[in-house]
Amino acid sequence: MPRLSATSRHPVSFTLNGRPVRGEAEPRLLLHDFLRHVIGATGTHVGCEHGVCGACTVQIDGAPVRSCLRLAVQSDGAEIRTVEGLAPSPERLAILQESFREHHGLQCGFCTAGILMSLDAFLRGNPDPTEAAIREVLSGHLCRCTGYTPIVAAAMTAAARLRAEEPSHA
Amino acid sequence: MKPPAFDYLRAATLDEVLEALWEGGSDARILAGGQSLLPMLNMRLARPSVLVDVMHVDALRQVTASGDALKIGAAVRQAQIEHRADLVGELPLLAAAIPWVGHMQTRASGTLCGSVAHADPSAEIPLVLLALLGSVHLRSRKQRRTLKADDFFTGMMATARADQEVIEAISFPLARPDTGYAFREVGRRHGDFAIVACAAVVDRKGARLAVGGVADMPMARPLPLPEEGSALDDALETFAWDLNARDDLHATARYRRELVRRLGRQVIEEAVRRRDGVTPPPTGHQQDAA
Repeated sequence: MPRLSATSRHPVSFTLNGRPVRGEAEPRLLLHDFLRHVIGATGTHVGCEHGVCGACTVQIDGAPVRSCLRLAVQSDGAEIRTVEGLAPSPERLAILQESFREHHGLQCGFCTAGILMSLDAFLRGNPDPTEAAIREVLSGHLCRCTGYTPIVAAAMTAAARLRAEEPSHA
Repeated sequence: MKPPAFDYLRAATLDEVLEALWEGGSDARILAGGQSLLPMLNMRLARPSVLVDVMHVDALRQVTASGDALKIGAAVRQAQIEHRADLVGELPLLAAAIPWVGHMQTRASGTLCGSVAHADPSAEIPLVLLALLGSVHLRSRKQRRTLKADDFFTGMMATARADQEVIEAISFPLARPDTGYAFREVGRRHGDFAIVACAAVVDRKGARLAVGGVADMPMARPLPLPEEGSALDDALETFAWDLNARDDLHATARYRRELVRRLGRQVIEEAVRRRDGVTPPPTGHQQDAA
């Protein structure tokens, strides 16, 4: 890849929720702005823009990452998952999302997309987590509405249901 | 809160990295995991003209346990080392400290070498490198050199790295027999910057204590073992004052000194118990400990 000039736009392509996407970005464009403004995927929210609040968390190559600390041009060739990729169909929520709804794990929903992407990645590698481990994952996110108790409850419920659904994880 | 304009170079080889640094000098910055540099860019605290992305350079992705050290390349992410199968056996101190580095979501991206390059005085990885007397391997187009951690850190976010140099790798000396290791940290919340962090290495002859979060950079010194009367408390008292703690938004200087005295003693006593096999080595993850 040649040196990309600061003042022009460059092609960027990656896989977003299983589908190839492409657009153009200046080197300084942050990944979340590329997702929202170039691709039009506005499920990822933009909070503090310096890596503290966790609202913009997406999965890059399977790992939860702050998209405000990632450039669009860095993401060329990556596999990216956002909150839009969680639900299996437009009519059905994912188990994790359904648990959040039942436990009132959100009010305004600003932090929710990021929290879901962190928990989704974490539960895949840790199907039987302790509450302490869930709280440690959530320490990377700020929620100003609900307090964390219903969010923790939602995560624990989702973990139990995912284990029941995939007995190989039990 | 958007970064200023810069060129972006995704290096494919180490030569490309070295060439770009040679040409760019202080205007060029290495982009690795981005967990320190991107916030600095977003807040416009840094204005480089070119970012050199090193994450696709195979030569910098190596992790090698050779002889008596674990050598970790510039493009190795913290999460990769955190989940290394025998980290507790190889580097019990790093295993204990790494869950305290930011959050899971930043460790998935951030690198160990990047944290060392950034040299935040409250950061855990520089502290562990200093406690273990590890090494920093630097390379420019013209030369290679290796510095001990205590020669590398020179002040507040300042290091001995020259503008044309890249940190190629860092080396942590592997756990030695008859030696105990312990780490403790006090912060406002887990994942926040440390108010005080302490790392201890104890063998039969004495203790070495490294303290982060107090002075401009992590500081370490040899201390007596706890069984020798009041010698340890006296030495901790001197160390606490020598660190020149300052008041800030998070804690007073007095509180920091008190933490150095108490945490310092706690980690040394914990390391003694580990040396003697009384308590098992740190398990690292809270998940495992629970």
